[in-house]
Amino acid sequence: MTPEAGFRLRHKHLLGIEPLEAEEIRLILDTAESFLEVSQRPIKKVPTLRGRTIVNFFMEPSTRTRSSFEIAEKRLSADSLNFSPSGSSVSKGESLLDTARNLEAMAPDMIIIRHPAAGAPHLLAKVCRSAIINAGDGAHEHPTQALLDAFTMRQKKGRIEGLEVAIVGDLRHSRVVRSNVFLLRKLGARVRVSGPPTLVPPGLERLGVSVKTRMDEALEGVDVVMMLRVQKERMVGGAFPSLREYFQLYGLTEERMRRAKRDAIVMHPGPMNRGVEIAAEVADGPYSVILDQVTNGVAVRMAVLYLLSGGAVGELAA
Amino acid sequence: MNWLLKGGRVVDPAANLDAVRDVLVRDGKIVRVGENLPADNVKILELKGKVVAPGFIDMHVHLREPGREDEETMESGSAAAAAGGFTSIAVMPNTDPWNDSQSVTEYIVSQARLRSTVNVFPIGCVSKQGKGEELAEIGDMVKSGIVAVSDDGHPVSSSHLMRMALEYTRIFDVPVIDHCEERSLSCGGVMHEGYHSTVLGLRGVPAASEEIMVARDLILAEMTGGLIHIAHLSTRKSLELVREGKRKGIRATCEVTPHHFCLTDAAVAESLYDTNTKMNPPLREEEDRKSLVQGLADGTVDAIASDHAPHNRIEKEVEFDQAPFGILGLETSVSLALDRLLHAGVVNVTRLVSLYTTGPARILNLPRGTLAAGAVADITVLDLDRKVEVDVSRFRSRSRNAPYQGWTLKGAPLVTMVGGRIVFDGRE
Repeated sequence: MTPEAGFRLRHKHLLGIEPLEAEEIRLILDTAESFLEVSQRPIKKVPTLRGRTIVNFFMEPSTRTRSSFEIAEKRLSADSLNFSPSGSSVSKGESLLDTARNLEAMAPDMIIIRHPAAGAPHLLAKVCRSAIINAGDGAHEHPTQALLDAFTMRQKKGRIEGLEVAIVGDLRHSRVVRSNVFLLRKLGARVRVSGPPTLVPPGLERLGVSVKTRMDEALEGVDVVMMLRVQKERMVGGAFPSLREYFQLYGLTEERMRRAKRDAIVMHPGPMNRGVEIAAEVADGPYSVILDQVTNGVAVRMAVLYLLSGGAVGELAA
Repeated sequence: MNWLLKGGRVVDPAANLDAVRDVLVRDGKIVRVGENLPADNVKILELKGKVVAPGFIDMHVHLREPGREDEETMESGSAAAAAGGFTSIAVMPNTDPWNDSQSVTEYIVSQARLRSTVNVFPIGCVSKQGKGEELAEIGDMVKSGIVAVSDDGHPVSSSHLMRMALEYTRIFDVPVIDHCEERSLSCGGVMHEGYHSTVLGLRGVPAASEEIMVARDLILAEMTGGLIHIAHLSTRKSLELVREGKRKGIRATCEVTPHHFCLTDAAVAESLYDTNTKMNPPLREEEDRKSLVQGLADGTVDAIASDHAPHNRIEKEVEFDQAPFGILGLETSVSLALDRLLHAGVVNVTRLVSLYTTGPARILNLPRGTLAAGAVADITVLDLDRKVEVDVSRFRSRSRNAPYQGWTLKGAPLVTMVGGRIVFDGRE
């Protein structure tokens, strides 16, 4: 079902996928189709957000997400400001709320926040007039990542509903897995997750996914394999004994890929650890859509910025 | 001042009394409880339809003085206690400096005498500076008036030290109050580990972190014959362990907080990371909450204690991960209990009153919690039917960190009398 013309997002902020309705997710994905086309033009710029001010408030290192948002803003002709902890008042001990109130005093239209603490965007949303976009908060959500993942699945597989998706890796600390599970379940995909039990948080089944301890079981007959980045510091936390053993048990190899459907695709939110969670041959292999994810990320973020600034279906300036 | 508290429903669990009676107070003492007492040379308090009970005791309060007077002081904390219906509070030693020596105990006792409107019973440290390494000078502190020892805020991690504490306190017959937390399991956790911590992406504190320490403490109490009191017990299994321990004759008692019998970890999600839902131990699951309610009804739980933990607004208005643990409790405890336990039909009035009077008085061996002739005239009057709407901006406490803003509750403290002096009067 495609949203009708004039349909808008019901939410002022994008704090996560969990609060969205399936219809809103479809709206974002459909809108992104139009913006994908913009990025393929020789002159990749539309005046849609001319005169709007967007703050990129990144309190955690980020390459992909941050540059993706920046490019999306530029292609929409928005004015943007980058703000990060080093060299700012944050390093002088200013609280998150005070920093936000000060940014807010400069009347931006949107604040895009990446923060190591889960719930930080929600704290901002409680005090700010601007629209808040969550660009990753702790181990909570990373909504634009899940949206670009869904966009890529739809692009490659023609649908989301009924797809069998396996997500493998550090499920406990991953915001990508949470956002993806919410989204995929809302759009009717079937999801299996797998990872060492030391990295599986309790209650995942209640989100409608099946938890497989052994990776091979998770891969059996799937359409999509999504690998999660292993954060090396987790090893120090004792969740697994060595990267070597991790790769043996949960690394995606060509041999393991044979369990998936023949036309299965491989995804990864980046940054990848080649040889830790994914073999180089798989990352670079024919089933890999990892770079398409990055390309699509720009279009999806353009759609999110457009819709949160009040845009609706069918109003897009050509 | 001499008083005749006239025509109230006197509920005195210590005397097994629940009947309409007058209470005569002279020179700060209870003279008599009886029918139609003469009103010579006394001021009369007409209390028809109200409950007259021994003064309520909150055995788990953080007064923040000395050291954090921006959050609470003797004046503000005792005013909050009085308004909450409490005539006595026992105050935890994790102040700055810690109450780990006779001089700090004496400071608290003398300041309380000068500046508090309610009785303040200090609790001393188990270990020097609450570091969990060596015993504090408990004997000295007992001489100066401590009623228990605890390193609350910190667990006593070393089992050896806990053993020493349980053995050593037998000299004085004071209980060891433990904040049960196995830190290697709870490390870094900010809420209960379960479905909601998974969805919210917050680090979890498993129930086992508390239960393991409850089990250890019970085993050590059995071995040593010491008195163990489990502070803010929060899980179903902890409760089962205490129930089983008591059955075996171990000298163990426990308390439950209003937030643990009213709220669950779902509140963290529903409030979108409100830091006023962050406390230690964390809000648990519905199954845990239900068994705590059961324990309050069946007598496994000995006392309701608030774990009143004032925090400055600046410290709480931050990311959930960064916020300190703890919420206020003194001014909402009684209304929450009346609404959620009494009016919900879980406990009767006598049981409810005992959870605030005979229960804590027995644990701490306080000469309180009774309306017997000759007892200190500490009296709490309740209006079981008064509807109150919680408004944190009107709290007497210096802090505002409570998760109950806007809640409507049935039942409230009406008059609080300490030693024959009215310290709170909520009558219209």
